[in-house]
Amino acid sequence: MDVNTLLDYLPLFAQAAVLTIGIAAMGVACSLVIGLLGAIYLYFRTPVLRQFFAVYIEVSRNTPLVVQLFFLYYALPKLGLVLSSAVCAITGLAFLGGGYMAEAWRSGLEAVPPLQFRSALSLGFKPIAALRHVALPQAMARAAPALTANTVFLIKETSVVSVVALPDLVFVAKDLIGASYNTSEALTLLVLFYLLILLPVALAAAALERKLRHGEFGT
Amino acid sequence: MVNSGLEVLFEGRNFIRLLAGLWTSLRIALAAFGLSAVFGLPFGLLLASKHRVVKFILRAYLRFIWIMPQLVLLFVAYFYASSALGLNLSGQAAAVIVFTAWGAAELSDLVRGAVTSVPRHQYESAQALGLTANQVQRLVVLPQSARRLLPQAVNLVTRMIKTTSLIVLIGVVEVLKVAQQIIDANRFSHPDAALWVYGTVFVLYFAACYPISRLAKHLEKKWPN
Repeated sequence: MDVNTLLDYLPLFAQAAVLTIGIAAMGVACSLVIGLLGAIYLYFRTPVLRQFFAVYIEVSRNTPLVVQLFFLYYALPKLGLVLSSAVCAITGLAFLGGGYMAEAWRSGLEAVPPLQFRSALSLGFKPIAALRHVALPQAMARAAPALTANTVFLIKETSVVSVVALPDLVFVAKDLIGASYNTSEALTLLVLFYLLILLPVALAAAALERKLRHGEFGT
Repeated sequence: MVNSGLEVLFEGRNFIRLLAGLWTSLRIALAAFGLSAVFGLPFGLLLASKHRVVKFILRAYLRFIWIMPQLVLLFVAYFYASSALGLNLSGQAAAVIVFTAWGAAELSDLVRGAVTSVPRHQYESAQALGLTANQVQRLVVLPQSARRLLPQAVNLVTRMIKTTSLIVLIGVVEVLKVAQQIIDANRFSHPDAALWVYGTVFVLYFAACYPISRLAKHLEKKWPN
């Protein structure tokens, strides 16, 4: 291993890390919103939308992201829908993550006793307000471990976006291995940068979980 | 529709080739899952035990595996083995090694969770009834942990299958690579083949994973905690 080579490659990886983090952040944010919407429709048994989300959850959870990305990037243009690489990657992550997040949100919502919701309604809350101020805060505490686990999972899944020609960390590593044969240096930086991105997220998730578990009693 | 690309699927042996590609992925997933069980069960029991040093080492290993994207692990195994260790690992061999390392970590954590979730009073009641330590494990703890473990282990199989889609990136000729080959070979006669061929790959993966995840859900409902 050559230290100078490591230092030479550092800016390339730093640049790629920024891209990876950006795509991951957008993907996680979108999937949280999609998941929440899905969970709410499932929870309230909204006709049509409930069935739609039930099917969507099964499809998104039972197909790999790489295949979803191949479809978005190479197949959709044949229908006249051309998406840029970044849009493809974020859409793919949101599609995949939405299904996982919906399940997480839903299990959280279902853990809130229906009485809580009905009491809020009888106190004069509108359904939306009851959801926002009464049901969701409690659901969030219950769903937090699954939501954070999904977040880590989605950031890890970001590693495949090079299949839609995005110059992310894996892309840079593979490029350098192919071009210069400095395999150990490229792989070391690849592992280090993923640790750098994921370790803080994992630690924050663990801290959050400890804090929330404190609020539960006897379980 | 003339030359819509759908016919490509049924020309020659194309569809059979896609299925054979899927089988390559499934075979790797199943082999890795079998090996994961071999390593994951004892690791899990050790994690649930009281050996402090062993537990510390295993936990560090679990953390590392849990945090690293599987693709990064694949790259490390595939490229590092040849450049630094001089081993000429095939893509398939690297895939089985990495998925085993990952699966064993995941499974050992599931085993630990299943064993430690058996309530203390179960042990104590069994002892009070006069069962020997061996009988307590065999007749009381094992059946209960198995019921908790099985649905999650089945779920791990679907995750293993989905993760095999990564191996196209280390040059294994599996279903996605075959799809690419079919599309490239018919680029001029069927320019729109990509839609149907990648659509088929999508459906094939779903068809492989959906029944297994249904089974996991069914087991979960059958044995509620």
